[in-house]
Amino acid sequence: MSVLVFVEGLNGEIKKSSLEAASYGSQVAQAMGTSATAVAIGDVHEDALARLGEQGISKVLYDADDRLKQFVADAYVKVIAKAAQQESAKVLVFSNSNIGAAVGSKLAVRLNGSLATNVTELPKIDGGNFTVTRGVFSGKAFAQVNLTSDLKIIAVKKNSTDIISNGGTSATVEKISADLAESDFAVAPKETVMQETDGGVLLPEAEIVVSGGRGMKGPENWHLIEELAKELGAATACSKPVSDIGWRPHHEHVGQTGITVSPNLYIAAGISGAIQHLAGVNSSKVIVVINKDPEAPFFKAADYGIVGDALEVLPKLIEAAKALDK
Amino acid sequence: MKILVCISNVPDTTSKINFTGDNKEFDKNGVQYVINPWDEYALTRAIELKEAKGGSVTVLNVGEADAEPNIRKALAIGADDAIRVNAHPKDAFFVAQQITAIAKEGGYDMILMGKESIDYNGFQVHNMVGEMMGIPSVTPAFKLDMVDDSTARLEREIEGGKEVVEVKLPFVASAQQPMCEPRIPNMRGIMTARTKPLKVVEAAGGEAKSEYVNYSKPEKKSGVKLIDADNAGELIKLLRNEAKVL
Repeated sequence: MSVLVFVEGLNGEIKKSSLEAASYGSQVAQAMGTSATAVAIGDVHEDALARLGEQGISKVLYDADDRLKQFVADAYVKVIAKAAQQESAKVLVFSNSNIGAAVGSKLAVRLNGSLATNVTELPKIDGGNFTVTRGVFSGKAFAQVNLTSDLKIIAVKKNSTDIISNGGTSATVEKISADLAESDFAVAPKETVMQETDGGVLLPEAEIVVSGGRGMKGPENWHLIEELAKELGAATACSKPVSDIGWRPHHEHVGQTGITVSPNLYIAAGISGAIQHLAGVNSSKVIVVINKDPEAPFFKAADYGIVGDALEVLPKLIEAAKALDK
Repeated sequence: MKILVCISNVPDTTSKINFTGDNKEFDKNGVQYVINPWDEYALTRAIELKEAKGGSVTVLNVGEADAEPNIRKALAIGADDAIRVNAHPKDAFFVAQQITAIAKEGGYDMILMGKESIDYNGFQVHNMVGEMMGIPSVTPAFKLDMVDDSTARLEREIEGGKEVVEVKLPFVASAQQPMCEPRIPNMRGIMTARTKPLKVVEAAGGEAKSEYVNYSKPEKKSGVKLIDADNAGELIKLLRNEAKVL
């Protein structure tokens, strides 16, 4: 019996969302009186894996197969299923990422487990009941859900778990591999294109997001959003109208039909706060709204607000951010 | 080409979300239902592919009779026929089993749906259906084109980038924007939708693997603290010293 956490790598390091999943997994293991093992595939350095001891992981199973440096769903499923079997895992923990939720869904079928995605809190384990809390209704509510199969599979919402750092010993790293068939590579990507972040922060992983709407008046003013983001170590985002008219790329669009983010701080400049936009940001911990219209609906959802023209307010914020001790 | 498009009947985005019966049930009172916005991308793209390549589009809903107005709406947008599995959609695993049963019987080349529903935000069903059927599932896709009669080319989003994938038919994909511009029904579509077949079938057995116990709502924000625009720099200090997020 153990808890198994799948960790994702990016450029050799472990993604922040996976450090959260590891922290979550080791706390579940502690509550169950067992240990937490991690499984990693592909593009991660072994010393980064050993450092998962900090998050309470005692052992890491690592598949270094070069073909799995990119995401190959069926092959990943096979490796994780093998690790789960080897460790007699009762709980599998993933980050609620496009990869984590996909693999978790397939494993729920293959291993006959109960899956909860978008999970926001540690489970309540009470006798035979294993209850998790997950976000529903696009951030407007939470549901408490009993996972009724023997095997529980949890995909943890990003930025909802603190990363623990217990100064513990290094995790031991062991190799694992599964017998992969050609058919496991049927959906292997032909091409993977990563966004240029210029050393900046990826939007889905970001703790701080600076976002612009039509109130920015044109793409030529976006340097203000970018400069403030750079000063704060933030990712940049935009509203749907802005991506629809092509001022910014679609992958920056947050909202109902775009990306859902839940950073610690969301700064919205020149976004009125249509309900579709709020659905993508309403689980942010602190929301700042800058809008020249005092009646903009976004102010109702905000913690801090400035009534003013974004193009005049942003330079002042950049200046103040520059003056902060970093 | 036979395409199956799975749609959910969900509360409109602007709905007030409330619960009844000791917070154990969603309060449908006064709630307007719509086709799940993500599913509209799948539906419209399916219709575009049919128009370009020939074939048919079947819409499938796992739900109760109150979903029928939105199933008719999907027919009005351009689907050819519809199936409703008459069951309460208990959880993603249950719904995936129903879709799989219909899909196996119908022999579809492509099974499309939105990447998640805006009510239960699962992001599970498409991959479960792919796994249950033993066919590829590509999710979430924002581009879908046919390379030739038996191969599709999709672009899917991964965190921080995208992947280009080519798969043989049949396959499952989930849609997200900007796959296409979702269509709205026109008058002719609404008229013809009335006579298009809508078949109701009973659930093919199947079990749920989770139980929704109760619901809660996030704590209300305490209200906005306004900072004077002339003194905007003050905000940064508050974010560091008061909100402690910098």
